Amino acid sequence: MEELLSPEDARLVEGLRNGDEAAFRAVMREYGSAMLRVAQMYVSSRAVAEEVVQEAWLGVLKGIGRFEGRSSLKTWLFRIVANTAKTRGVREARSIPFSALGDDEDAVDPDRFLGPEERFPGHWAQPPEGRVLGDEAMQVIERAIERLPPAQRTVITLRDLHGLSAEEVRNALDLTETNQRVLLHRARAKVRSALEEYMR
Amino acid sequence: MRLDRELACRDIVELVTRYLEHALPPGDRERFEEHLVFCDGCGTYLDQMRATIAATGRLEPAALPAELEARLLEAFRGWRPA
Repeated sequence: MEELLSPEDARLVEGLRNGDEAAFRAVMREYGSAMLRVAQMYVSSRAVAEEVVQEAWLGVLKGIGRFEGRSSLKTWLFRIVANTAKTRGVREARSIPFSALGDDEDAVDPDRFLGPEERFPGHWAQPPEGRVLGDEAMQVIERAIERLPPAQRTVITLRDLHGLSAEEVRNALDLTETNQRVLLHRARAKVRSALEEYMR
Repeated sequence: MRLDRELACRDIVELVTRYLEHALPPGDRERFEEHLVFCDGCGTYLDQMRATIAATGRLEPAALPAELEARLLEAFRGWRPA
């Protein structure tokens, strides 16, 4: 049955089934923080999110023997966390904090474009300049992501850091296609801006 | 969405995610790409966006809080595979 899984996923699933702690650590390193992030999108406090992850983990252990690999391991893990969190979220009678995407935000400061009185309104007045990203840039990105509003931070982390597809993120976080993209767009725009600011 | 006029750079920076997600209708995608042909600023912007995404992908995932990981490990140790 595991021939549908990637070799890495198949190894991890096998390891978990055998109670192998190296497999446990590998799964936690790769997906642990993302599981907590997903949980935090549904419940009101960090403490409750940690309880959700604990409860979800018991569900993972209970289900791992029957896991057939119809989805990737990460998709399956996040689904269990989301379902556990939703049950919990309902119990907490709290709506998921996605209702508002926030105010309209510009990807780039409007002052950097020519005004309506110019010959080419909306075109660059101060165009971006190309530079190669050095190692220090990684810390700039990390800090920029930390400063994002939670929903944006979660979406960019799952998409661009953990490499989930748009569909996987929509399913894990119960987002519409448009909202997923808007959150990603705003998050990426801010991270790019932070890098540009730093390079200047 | 239909974009009825020529795209300005200000439009390009707002459409860039839809472009990268292949979510622009074909006509708009063409106009987006036509703009890039003559606009160095937007070409650079798109390159920067791709570089940002690639660099984000090289970040290490954050660690779980040690105490939480310890609790999960405890559950794992206490669980016996069927």
